[in-house]
Amino acid sequence: MAEFFQHIINGLGVGAIYALIALGYTMVFGILQLINFAHGDVYMLGAFAGFYVSHYFGLAKNPGLFSLLVALACSMAACGAIGYCIERFAYRRLRKQPRVNVLITAVGVSLFLEFGGQLLFGADPKFFPTLYESGEPLVFAGIQINRLQLLVFVVSMLLMFGLRYIIFYTKKGKAMRAVSFNHDLSALMGIPVDQIISLTFVLGSALAGAAGILVGLTYPKIDPLMGVMFGLKAFVAAVVGGIGNVTGALIGALLMGVAEALVVAYWSSTYRDALAFGILIVILLFKPTGLLGRAAAEKV
Amino acid sequence: MNKKILLLLLITTALTFCTKKQETTTQTSTASADEILIGEVGSLTGGEATFGTSTRDGIDLAFKKINAQGGVKGKKLKVLILDDQGKPEEAAIAVTKLITQDRVIAILGEVASSRSLAMAPIAQANKIPMVTPSSTNPKVTQVGDYIFRVCFIDPFQGSVMAQFAANTLKVKKVAILRDIKNDYSVGLANFFTETFKKLGGQIVGDQSYSAGDVDFKSQLTSLKTKNPEALFVPGYYTEVGLIARQAREMGVKVSLLGGDGWDSEKLTQIGGAALNGSFFSNHYTPDDQSPQIQKFIEEFKADFKAVPDSLAAMGYDAAMVLADAMRRAPSLSPQDIRQALANTKNYSGVTGVITINKNRDAVKSAVVLEVKDGKFIFKEKLNPS
Amino acid sequence: MIKNFLWLFFGCGLFIVLSPIVPEMINPYFFTILIYAGINITLAVSLNLINGITGQFSMGHAGFMAVGGYVSAFLTTTYGGSLQLPFLSIEIQEFLFFSFSLFVGGLSSAFLGYLVGLPSLRLRGDYLAIVTLGFGEIIRVVILNIEAVGGARGLPGIPKWTNFGWVFTIAFVCILVFQRILQSPHGRALLAIREDEIAAEAMGVNTTRYKVTAFMLGAFFAGVAGGLFGHFLTYLNPQTFDFNRSFEIIIMVVLGGMGSTTGAVVAALFLTGLRELLRPLQEITRLDFRMVIYSLMLIFIMLTKPNGFFGSKEITDFGPFRRFKKNPLNLAGEK
Repeated sequence: MAEFFQHIINGLGVGAIYALIALGYTMVFGILQLINFAHGDVYMLGAFAGFYVSHYFGLAKNPGLFSLLVALACSMAACGAIGYCIERFAYRRLRKQPRVNVLITAVGVSLFLEFGGQLLFGADPKFFPTLYESGEPLVFAGIQINRLQLLVFVVSMLLMFGLRYIIFYTKKGKAMRAVSFNHDLSALMGIPVDQIISLTFVLGSALAGAAGILVGLTYPKIDPLMGVMFGLKAFVAAVVGGIGNVTGALIGALLMGVAEALVVAYWSSTYRDALAFGILIVILLFKPTGLLGRAAAEKV
Repeated sequence: MNKKILLLLLITTALTFCTKKQETTTQTSTASADEILIGEVGSLTGGEATFGTSTRDGIDLAFKKINAQGGVKGKKLKVLILDDQGKPEEAAIAVTKLITQDRVIAILGEVASSRSLAMAPIAQANKIPMVTPSSTNPKVTQVGDYIFRVCFIDPFQGSVMAQFAANTLKVKKVAILRDIKNDYSVGLANFFTETFKKLGGQIVGDQSYSAGDVDFKSQLTSLKTKNPEALFVPGYYTEVGLIARQAREMGVKVSLLGGDGWDSEKLTQIGGAALNGSFFSNHYTPDDQSPQIQKFIEEFKADFKAVPDSLAAMGYDAAMVLADAMRRAPSLSPQDIRQALANTKNYSGVTGVITINKNRDAVKSAVVLEVKDGKFIFKEKLNPS
Repeated sequence: MIKNFLWLFFGCGLFIVLSPIVPEMINPYFFTILIYAGINITLAVSLNLINGITGQFSMGHAGFMAVGGYVSAFLTTTYGGSLQLPFLSIEIQEFLFFSFSLFVGGLSSAFLGYLVGLPSLRLRGDYLAIVTLGFGEIIRVVILNIEAVGGARGLPGIPKWTNFGWVFTIAFVCILVFQRILQSPHGRALLAIREDEIAAEAMGVNTTRYKVTAFMLGAFFAGVAGGLFGHFLTYLNPQTFDFNRSFEIIIMVVLGGMGSTTGAVVAALFLTGLRELLRPLQEITRLDFRMVIYSLMLIFIMLTKPNGFFGSKEITDFGPFRRFKKNPLNLAGEK
């Protein structure tokens, strides 16, 4: 029994990280009806940003909360900037075009980041420095919770609540919600649509950057292709929760994390990746709007 | 505008395809009269890039040495290396190009058995001898009589660790965590299981992961409940490092055991202190005090500023064995080189004494190394029975 | 009808006759490239049917290729040794057996295409793309776990039966089949679905049936191409069929113009050639620029000329070839 709960705890840990990335997907989809394929790769860039920043500032020599915060801040800033650039240069021009074109462009950007990353950083995996000493795990009732896991979970939750606050309790957030409802009407209301869209990308990408650092801490091996699978799974999580819905993304991600842990434990690890797609197919067939999504009628 | 682009495309395409077949010269023709061309295929980029780059360095050192001593039959050795990015079909294309276009007289490569398997049929069909430095899957040399290896094969390596576990560590219950995406890992795990059971041991758990995974907590949690006395992880260094860390984080404190896929400086970079007290089988150890090995290490350090890992050592030996065969062969025709390779007996290499048996495999000893504080320390040597 | 068969015999005959001559005329290295180009043509044209003509964005094409390749390779490696018909020469037996195994490979892929096509009913563009990507991955993972075809170790020892004749005959047949479909009512229905699915449904087009058929046809030829691939490389490995492979095919279709068969053919040739042209660059710099160049090309095309080089035009739309155009879509009823 303790083993079962251990799996759940492990799953929640991974799920929290998926959630950070899923939020980016869901926000961009909500506002642009676009699946930003490149989002997973922004997360990868965040991890690498953290890697280079840590080496540049010698953060690895002083592990601790402060180093972690510095790395987080730098990574989030860098990713925010990258997110802005992607939107501005790749997606903005295609806003009026058929969805397929934007999708292909997103795929192109994603590949560019991945293989460009391989060229720039080298394709072999790098070791992410320990910015935070894990220490002895906390144990209750036969379940072990690593301090690091706990920290990751707490940081994720904090960031997510921060995002929620921005979206639901600030004016800019209100503008974001308005634009996701209807671009033209929002423009008529005086909302600078382009700016708001850029803001959405920046916020989502910053969160992905944070996720990159947290993953680098938990699984210290980073390589330019790490964003592919993680990104796809986070996307599935967003869909499960109801794409476009921020709370849904969180719930979907936690569920995905736990499901994955259980599948690997009780069935087979080879099917771990296939599981994500299996869940996607099932959800899309039976409840395409996801757990918390609203059904939108398609106007002809 | 459209038409111009179209025309451009068509011309480019046509140019790529139109070449006359070059005059068939015999394979002993060389790039220039005093050079011998050897082809090399390796994974210089990709997930296991260090395998390819280390091997390349070993080969480069060997050829540099030979050329400094006057080359083979009065000619200098020149190596043409192509990157296969870690993909089997790229390896196949690379070896085809080397053989048919660059007209090399022998091939060195590849490290991973999956890529050697893609290359071997092509070398065999073209009757060009191929020497793989580190592919341990038995099937590679079974492709044909032009394919050789200078390393031991997985049945032997698996049994080595099984013997070590049973006789030296004296453990009776071992759990296995194998990389299901990797033929090398799966094969090694199977051979280990076979021998360990024969020696009276018990495999209490068998889980798998895929190369590229970063999270092994589920598998480790399951294996932990079976209370193994040791954990056999015959994968590549990229995952093993992470597995070790996570195992310790989950409170799995037993020793980890593995194979030559662990051999890389990155292993301890990623795994850190988690790997202390773990063991793996390998082709050679830089701790071996024999003068030949120490000299090799000195020369390697001078050129590449690093201690050679076993892949570099195997690359070196493969190149040396090939050169030695070329010296012994009556001429530099591929057939003669092949015959000379098959006759290699008691060649003293840095990775041990190499004799090519009738299956074109090398019969050699293996060493078991202990990982401690970022270093690999010699523990024991096991000889083929 | 007769004209169709004439085309078929003429084309296939040409390639079959050329088959023994070509390897003698060109350098073996370029011959290899030519074979891969031919296989890519079949792949690109078959994907074009699904993506370009029917407008269903599928990203799992490598999965179909894998299934066809593995099934045909399994047949030839397991049963190839026991060819037993005494009254036919070895060549003819091999020929028949190879055709049979390729065909069965194609059928298995088509069946899979059916399975993949079904959920596509309910899904819109973006979702369909991800789901097909997922299917491609699932197929790969499943193959990885089937010991009978070697699993992670791969399947070696496949007889090398692919040659110039095979590759280009099949490419030719593929192009012919799809051109005929395009110019038939069936093709009109597919185009209608691409343009506006709801309107098409309203006009009585059974979109379900047509979409699934498109998947099945595309998958069939991808499977045959996979078989050709396996019987040329003589070794199959599940890793070869990952999503990078699917993307490479997608890039060919996009570059050539979604909906244009000619575009797909030219792009396939161009990209296969480009790949090898870039190899010296790779050798010098020891870096692989190819995928980066592909992705930049993709982005560039999408930003500047999203219809690709050919748009939806075919070669018959250009000057000297116009006379070959059959059944032009008379949009305003003019001749």
